[in-house]
Amino acid sequence: MDLHISAAEPTTAERDAVDTAFALLAPAAAELTAGDRATRSRHAGHAVRSRRHLLLPLLHAVHDTVGWLSEGALAHVARTLQVPPAEVYGVATFYAMFSVEPRPPRVVHVCDDVACGPSGGEEILAALDERLSDERTCVVRSPCLGLCERAPAVLHQRAGEPDLSQAPATPDGVLGAATAPADPAGAQAETADTAFADAGVSAPQTGTGEHLRLLRRVGVVDPSSLDDYRARGGYSALRRAVALGPSRVIEELKASSLTGRGGAAFPTGVKWETVAAAPERPHHLVCNADESEPGTFKDRVLMEGDPFGLIEAMTIAGYVTGATVGHLYVRGEYPLATRRLQDAIAAARARGLLGGDVMGEGFAFDVELRRGAGAYICGEETALLQSIEGHRGEPRNKPPFPATAGLFGRPTAINNVETLYDVLEVLNIGGEAFAGVGGGRSTGSKLFCVSGAVATPGVYEVDFGTTLRELLDLAGGVRGELRTVLLGGAAGGFVLPSDLDVALTLEGAREIGATLGSGVVLVFDTAADLTGTLRRIAAFFRDESCGQCVPCRVGTVRQEEALARLERGAPLGSRETELALLSDLARVMRDASICGLGQTAPSAVLSAIDLGLIAAPPPARSNGHRGTR
Amino acid sequence: MFGAGGGTSSYVEAENADLLVLWGSNARETHPIFFHHVLQGIRKGARMFSVDPRHTSTAHWADSWLGLDVGTDIALANAVGREIIHAGLVNRAFVRRATTGFDDYAAAVEPYTLERAEEITGVPAASIRELAHAYARADRAQICWTLGITEHHNAADYVFALINLALLTGHVGRYGSGLVPLRGQNNVQGGGDMGSIPAKLPGGYDVADPDARARFRAVYGGKEFPDRPGRHLSQMFEAMESGEMTALYCVGENPAESEADAAHARALLSGLDHLVVQDIFRTATAELADVVLPAAADWCEYEGTVTNSERRVQRVRKALDPPGLARPDTHILCDVAARLGQDWGIPTAEQVWDELRSVSLNWHHGMSYARLDALGGIQWPCPDEDHPGTPLMHARLWADDEDERGAPAPFTPVEHVAPVDELTAEFPIRLTTVRLLDAYNSGVQSGGYASPLRRRESLRIDAADAADLGVADGDRVRVTSRRGSVEAPVWVDPSLRPGLASFTPHFTEQVDVNVLTNDAWDPKSGTSEFKATAVRIERL
Repeated sequence: MDLHISAAEPTTAERDAVDTAFALLAPAAAELTAGDRATRSRHAGHAVRSRRHLLLPLLHAVHDTVGWLSEGALAHVARTLQVPPAEVYGVATFYAMFSVEPRPPRVVHVCDDVACGPSGGEEILAALDERLSDERTCVVRSPCLGLCERAPAVLHQRAGEPDLSQAPATPDGVLGAATAPADPAGAQAETADTAFADAGVSAPQTGTGEHLRLLRRVGVVDPSSLDDYRARGGYSALRRAVALGPSRVIEELKASSLTGRGGAAFPTGVKWETVAAAPERPHHLVCNADESEPGTFKDRVLMEGDPFGLIEAMTIAGYVTGATVGHLYVRGEYPLATRRLQDAIAAARARGLLGGDVMGEGFAFDVELRRGAGAYICGEETALLQSIEGHRGEPRNKPPFPATAGLFGRPTAINNVETLYDVLEVLNIGGEAFAGVGGGRSTGSKLFCVSGAVATPGVYEVDFGTTLRELLDLAGGVRGELRTVLLGGAAGGFVLPSDLDVALTLEGAREIGATLGSGVVLVFDTAADLTGTLRRIAAFFRDESCGQCVPCRVGTVRQEEALARLERGAPLGSRETELALLSDLARVMRDASICGLGQTAPSAVLSAIDLGLIAAPPPARSNGHRGTR
Repeated sequence: MFGAGGGTSSYVEAENADLLVLWGSNARETHPIFFHHVLQGIRKGARMFSVDPRHTSTAHWADSWLGLDVGTDIALANAVGREIIHAGLVNRAFVRRATTGFDDYAAAVEPYTLERAEEITGVPAASIRELAHAYARADRAQICWTLGITEHHNAADYVFALINLALLTGHVGRYGSGLVPLRGQNNVQGGGDMGSIPAKLPGGYDVADPDARARFRAVYGGKEFPDRPGRHLSQMFEAMESGEMTALYCVGENPAESEADAAHARALLSGLDHLVVQDIFRTATAELADVVLPAAADWCEYEGTVTNSERRVQRVRKALDPPGLARPDTHILCDVAARLGQDWGIPTAEQVWDELRSVSLNWHHGMSYARLDALGGIQWPCPDEDHPGTPLMHARLWADDEDERGAPAPFTPVEHVAPVDELTAEFPIRLTTVRLLDAYNSGVQSGGYASPLRRRESLRIDAADAADLGVADGDRVRVTSRRGSVEAPVWVDPSLRPGLASFTPHFTEQVDVNVLTNDAWDPKSGTSEFKATAVRIERL
């Protein structure tokens, strides 16, 4: 393309970072242009333009090295990939973890979201504000980091050094890490990782002898050892899948009634069948590991504790759907899970469990790991596809659905992490047996992310049909007096103590007007600041709206404003008109937004209002001043 | 092609081709409308090769760019042909059934090995080989060219070299395959079709064709038509020089600035006994005229038809009244005729068109105004009112029936000949003329408008040459050729390479570029060698 790229030049470090990453990711490109002579012959065209999907990895490469994206670096990326510089800038500024302004190499992301904020996040922020003065370091507030069971959580994003998480974090611990000497070899990250070694903290059921399906290897298997994984039943499911053949695997999945755990609950067998049968080639497989719903951390626990399980499940999915590459899109805020998966992929390749001839069975499959960079919306499946393709993560209109026109416009199976682990279980025990647990569309077991005011927060696996009360008891019961439970995350709704006997199934939740969503069970006691929580949720959606469609872009802002006015006790007109406005906004967003983000952004707020959870503020006087006595 | 001066394919075919070779054409800037079709093709997966001395904005879109030396296209094309033959990729069935002269051609290109071509052109042998194989293997492939091919002293040979490649591979006469010369303006094609080519009558009939002459005379009346071609522009200037020609009636042309070796051309124009200029602008040529006849801008101030590069005739309609004394060209001509004692009246545009249809039996006969309106334009040939027009020419070459196939298309062996203006120690830099997106030729029509892309006319040179001269952007230099000398600021242009420099012809009021260029012209087409001038550059 005849691009007009600014004269800004990259620094040597930026250039090296881009060139090294590019040579690694696109060796064929280097080969193609190797014989060129700049003044006589050049190769570009389709071969170059087809590499746009490397945009996000190249931006990561620069950011990981330098800590921000300068104009020169963006120009060099634009030139390397032949992507218009305006689009490179558009992508770079889409992600919260990227900065196009100079920024210190160490960025401390402190979670101030619904779980962490009230549980010490604010204290850490205050302490850092007061005590941190290091020009290598800056502090930003972050939405949920997915470490809620260990609240409060902090992520250290570090240029030139591996990222690391701290949870539970203390002000002293965060300060210590933020001001520690340079750590290019990653010793500090390794130490930080060991804090997560005890999986029992995140998944308290492990090691209790209880029968677990999805979590059975978490905390038991050595996540860095392929041999240990195989010793504990690993790769038996793939063997079984190959023995059955793709169409019988699909039959088993259909018999199991397994539905997607990402929130939409679409039957997995049907999805795979559609992709497998699509005449267009190539087929693609995508694993959505961009877990970002506030209060959700189950996928992280699975990936950290049993990374080979996901690789095996993706290999099965690739075998069944006819995809030769599986794109594993991991949330950018999950450094430990990313490291564990990278190691697992390398180990599987080394053993021939990924590659041109998987397990000697004559089919090819490999996993390409992609890191997100801080965008909740990329958990929406079509936004995720856009992100992989090197575009801004803005959702597409559906239909066409990804199963017919997904990644690069080709038939694509896109599955949530938990769903893929379920596939292993279906193959291990058979579809019928799987369907025998729970019932209806809710078969098998389900992971719930219990956090907030319970004795033992963590990921809990229960059979579908378990009641909310039983789940809370499993988590050691409520700390203090129960006020309400946020079920399904920021995009879900509230449940009152009177509804605790609801069966945790898709159908049961719907009966009381709730949703299981991503399995969030965030418990509030009577001391909790519910209004603050709602405001945080509203701010979250306003911040995470991608801005593509008007109902969501404008609606999330208006919703936050109305909520703030209600909270201040200064409604425009009356409280009733504000509530009517919120309900109007909710309808518009639900009906007219392109994707689930806009459609569910008002859910929690509306549910809180419906249930009377927001304290009725005193009515405003017409002059706008509060009444005095 | 093969006798008819027009592209063989419709624009839309570029969207459905598998391979597009843009040879000596920066269509991205010079044919932006056609390039939209190219982009559609690329979007659908077509590969594109750019053959151009400069790494132009077109080349930026190319899968492969071949940056040959100016004036070595024939060597490159012959090497491509040889490689196709040696790789066994010749379309034997097509060559046997639809062409003549293959053996002579094969013998003629035999010396053009890839290695020799690399030596002559500077393009790596591997890239030439890649082009040869890609072109021959493609199911549908087009070669598109412009002035990079035709502004040479042996321009027609350049075109033959490309036609030979299409014949070799059968890339002509089938949908998506073709030979596509891209014309200037919206109506350069139409101008030629209406008889302004000295050897042709309107509708493409040869002046030597006695039947055609008789038919035209029956309609036009007047004296017997000469059976030999008239003079083309380069010959006219030679006739002025020899004193054979003493008067000139110049319509819509600005030779005082657009001719190669312009200083010489202006001297000749000034020396004429009588010069009439009929134009919509007061051009530099008009400044030299004895009589200036102000013409209406026919595309908006009158009506008629235009014909584009895909031979599509379209109507234009009047939107404005012409300013001042300006009048439509046909009205002026009819008045001149009246003064000469011939009463032609003042026919309407449609009457003029219908007269043409009555004589151009093959190309235009079926194109009534009503049909042009109804169909949104028709591509010639369109011999009768039931004929849909001809989007794709020479499909006959593929016919099974020998009679239908008609005369086979001949291979025309051609040899590489270096540009007349040799590079020497005294004149070491190759200067070529190039065109910009927002300007046209000598700038008569485009110079009067502002453009955000426009900058001062400068000598564009490579950074290394600038460094050798010790000049930076904006510094002034003197550029001298064997014919003259101009001064200009320099501008470092990354599309060039050491030893290659360029001017545009657009801003003669700033830099009179044709003072430098060589008026050596091609005997077959009359075009001068604007593309290859030897110069030296001195810092001022």
